[in-house]
Amino acid sequence: MAGNIFKEEALEEKGERARMAAFIGAMAIEDLVKSTLGPKGMDKILQSAGRGHSITVTNDGATILKSLHVDNPAAKVLVEISKVQDDEVGDGTTSVVVLAGELLREAEKLIAQKIHPMTIIAGYRMAVDCARSALEMKVRNNKGDSEKFRKDLVNIAMTTLSSKILSQDKEYFANLAVDAVLRLKGSGNLEAIQIIKKCGGSLRDSFLDEGFILDRKIGVGQPKRIQNAKILVANTAMDTDKIKIYGARVRVDAMSKVAEIEAAEKNKMKEKVEKILAHGINCFVNRQLIYNFPEELFAEAGIMAVEHADFDGIERLALVTGGEIASTFENPESVKLGHCKQIEEIMIGEDKLIHFSGVELGQACTIVLRGASTHLLDEAERSLHDALCVLAATVKDSRVVWGGGWPEMLMARHVDELARKTPGKKSLAVESFGAALRAIPSIICDNAGLDSADLVSQLRAAHFNEDSSAGVDVITGAVGDMEARGIYEAFKVKLAVLLSATEAAEMILRVDEIIKCAPRQREDGM
Amino acid sequence: MALAFDEYGRPFIIIREQEQKSRVRGLDAQKANILAAKAVSRILRTSLGPKGMDKMLQSADGEVTITNDGATILEQMEVENQIGKLMVELSRSQDYEIGDGTTGVVVTAGALLEHAEKLLDRGIHPIRVAEGYEMASKIAVETLEKISTKFEYDVFNFEPLVQTCMTTLSSKIVGRCKRDLAEIAVKAVLAVADLERRDVNLDLIKVEGKVGGRLEDTELVYGIVVDKDMSHPQMPKHIEDAKIAILTCPFEPPKPKTKHKVDIDSVEKFQALQEQEKKYFDDMVQKCKDVGSTLVICQWGFDDEANHLLMHRGLPAVRWVGGVELELIAIATGGRIVPRFQELTPEKLGKAGLVREKSFGTTKDRMLYIEECANSKAVTIFIRGGNKMMIEETKRSVHDALCVARNLIRDNSIVYGGGSAEIAVSLAVEAAADKIPGVEQYAMRAFADALDAVPMALAENSGLQPIDTLTAVKAQQVKEKNPRLGIDCNDVGTNDMREQNVFETLIGKKQQLQLATQVVKMILKIDDVITPQSY
Repeated sequence: MAGNIFKEEALEEKGERARMAAFIGAMAIEDLVKSTLGPKGMDKILQSAGRGHSITVTNDGATILKSLHVDNPAAKVLVEISKVQDDEVGDGTTSVVVLAGELLREAEKLIAQKIHPMTIIAGYRMAVDCARSALEMKVRNNKGDSEKFRKDLVNIAMTTLSSKILSQDKEYFANLAVDAVLRLKGSGNLEAIQIIKKCGGSLRDSFLDEGFILDRKIGVGQPKRIQNAKILVANTAMDTDKIKIYGARVRVDAMSKVAEIEAAEKNKMKEKVEKILAHGINCFVNRQLIYNFPEELFAEAGIMAVEHADFDGIERLALVTGGEIASTFENPESVKLGHCKQIEEIMIGEDKLIHFSGVELGQACTIVLRGASTHLLDEAERSLHDALCVLAATVKDSRVVWGGGWPEMLMARHVDELARKTPGKKSLAVESFGAALRAIPSIICDNAGLDSADLVSQLRAAHFNEDSSAGVDVITGAVGDMEARGIYEAFKVKLAVLLSATEAAEMILRVDEIIKCAPRQREDGM
Repeated sequence: MALAFDEYGRPFIIIREQEQKSRVRGLDAQKANILAAKAVSRILRTSLGPKGMDKMLQSADGEVTITNDGATILEQMEVENQIGKLMVELSRSQDYEIGDGTTGVVVTAGALLEHAEKLLDRGIHPIRVAEGYEMASKIAVETLEKISTKFEYDVFNFEPLVQTCMTTLSSKIVGRCKRDLAEIAVKAVLAVADLERRDVNLDLIKVEGKVGGRLEDTELVYGIVVDKDMSHPQMPKHIEDAKIAILTCPFEPPKPKTKHKVDIDSVEKFQALQEQEKKYFDDMVQKCKDVGSTLVICQWGFDDEANHLLMHRGLPAVRWVGGVELELIAIATGGRIVPRFQELTPEKLGKAGLVREKSFGTTKDRMLYIEECANSKAVTIFIRGGNKMMIEETKRSVHDALCVARNLIRDNSIVYGGGSAEIAVSLAVEAAADKIPGVEQYAMRAFADALDAVPMALAENSGLQPIDTLTAVKAQQVKEKNPRLGIDCNDVGTNDMREQNVFETLIGKKQQLQLATQVVKMILKIDDVITPQSY
């Protein structure tokens, strides 16, 4: 009866067993995403358990981990850091999990040698500080030179895209993404970049449009093309304008009165439309539905009316055309209208879309993705999103480093040096940290079917030289000069990977007991 | 036993449905209770001290918490056993009262019970044990007061305070940047402290966290940070010299609480009602405008029309701000919370030097900073970190540090940490025990032995030989008459805690001993546990 103080189904694991459970869970997650790392990484098919068993094909670590139902608490920590990496910098979601997993793998070996987890943590902390300062010393910054900076950006985008489905056309898409991000003029507001996916055509048919494309149809009988448009962006009910005062209801005593009220209602709508017309507009975009009656009125007045644009669409449209989102129409003179040179209906594939070109604020743009299937398009969108995020982060923090395992090798070398200088057990942990860092280029090689042991040792030798720029070139399968090959990565991403992976590893290492509460009973037995 | 006989010899039942209840009585009850309490304290034992380990807890819904904080561990692990629940309560009351030492109190209580069990085995009555413990705890508290020293600090030299907070933080995962966090905590407490009255209202310190960024990016904002954004995307994101109207009434048509019906039976009424409605919205916005406010913060939602009107008249607004946050904003800006538009007057507006919206990461995360407030006595500690669990744990750690700083400002008596106080008290109790005649003497000796549990656990967690270390330190304390000697957890080379700068507040320590003794007494007094069987 050894004091069972928990509920019946609760689980308690202690000491070594808890640590084992945590390590195994974390490494299982690492092994899962490991094979997607690098330019030759493989994709995963994810099938949802919900209705329809919809399928996602992806290479994006965060997407894979997000869709997993993980029970192991340590594994959940890794899923969490990957998610945060996605939210914060957008790329490196696989790397962060792999690095954390490798750190734990090394830690497990040390624990087998009877080294206390706290000692390992102390060593890791020393190592991470050292790695960070080593990386910071070697960053390059081309902020001042816009020509070079653009080239940096293209290189970064190409590196990011090379591991994704877009790698075939990476140059094309890298330029596309860089153009889009540079249009933002440093604001880093990715909302202004709209991605529209349309099935059909090939990936190469994708294009960047300088205007704004709204995936909606123009009302019947209204002009399909407008020059010098004045746009009113609105969020108002255009069905029947209900009275919002609480408790109002219609109570009549004769049919005739119903008719009267109906007429009054209609009249009211008409008045509303007239008020809207009084703004002197020729295009009206509403977030909510526009019923037939007002639509007809708009058609009569020769105004383009677009209904049911979703909230994001409305916000973006307001952003790009410079208008304000209106909900009342009493003072037409003071409402700011949006402007654009031309609005027309265009066809992409088989779908009709509304195209706003020559918009006032040049920041916004739309990327139209074309591709053979929805899965392909979804993956392409994710890849592009990654690239855009990285670029936006780089525009803010323009420091870049070389890619292809170069930063890892550089950090590993400095960490190794530190290990040699450190007395005590901690030095073993510091050394392990270096080994974990070197595991990343070796996984990249393995995934590409190259001899990782050979290549990584070559790299290591090359990095003995202080200013080496050597990294793995997976395409040619040899060690090469990263600068010449243009394999660049954003410093911010690398730093975030390093820090969050260490943080997560430390968190898991500190655990010596896992208590799982009894799962909440669900009624439907799911 | 549940069957009794009345004066006519008829049987009657005292506890109904006897078969369905399980019942433990007498010494067995005490033993079972002690076992349960020990199980709880054993879980926490390894979390004690700077080298203590963390616990990973998975809730019923699968959420993972990783923590080192005793109160949180106990709260999250959903203890089912009744005595276990008592221990949870114990740790919680230490948390509410002092905010720190939540692990220590449970470990002490566990050790006291463990030693009590041995006495029970010898046939000593539990009440006598409890009384002996009570006497011992009195001596212990007296000793603590004797060895305590005054702690000197002032507003300009808060370095000693920072040192204390660092001690608290060193046992947590945030130990990596304990210096920064300790400074933030101390500055925050000093900002809101009322040094005249020696009181700190911790409600004025808001701890807000956001996933992403690094722990080093954690900052102290002299103002309020709210996890909200402007109600309309096109409202200005940067307002200087803001005059803030703080409202608890929605920008919506009125909803009288009494039931009513508005009947529409003619066209005129229909139109009149519409006019009324329009006017109502207009009035609301106009009233805010009239009193000169430049920012509206509202607890409730806005109607689309009202939202546009606000935007249109150049009045930025924030909606759905929580009640607690609203109060903080009111305190910070010196404004008044206004429940009705009619009651809005210029005097009731809050003032802030700068209100700005700040966005984070790649997702649409925005937060509102209200800074340079009229009344600077409200601050926010804004925590960043790699993942959600990290932030939650940092929040808890910072809370502990804040509590410690507050306690020092309230009462600047301290005792030294690292188990030194426990050892000193143990020695004093041991010595006093010899002078007490009767069975209580045994109980007091047991108390003294139990106190060794804390330094023992500290030594064990730090990878030292527990018995060797403890006896060595104890002997040294007696020889040198120096109550500051403790366990050298961080392997610094000295075990004088004054040199190591490890100390704890006197109230915290006192509270720990008193609470633990109380709970132990309570558990010892239980001699009958009745539970419904069907569970």
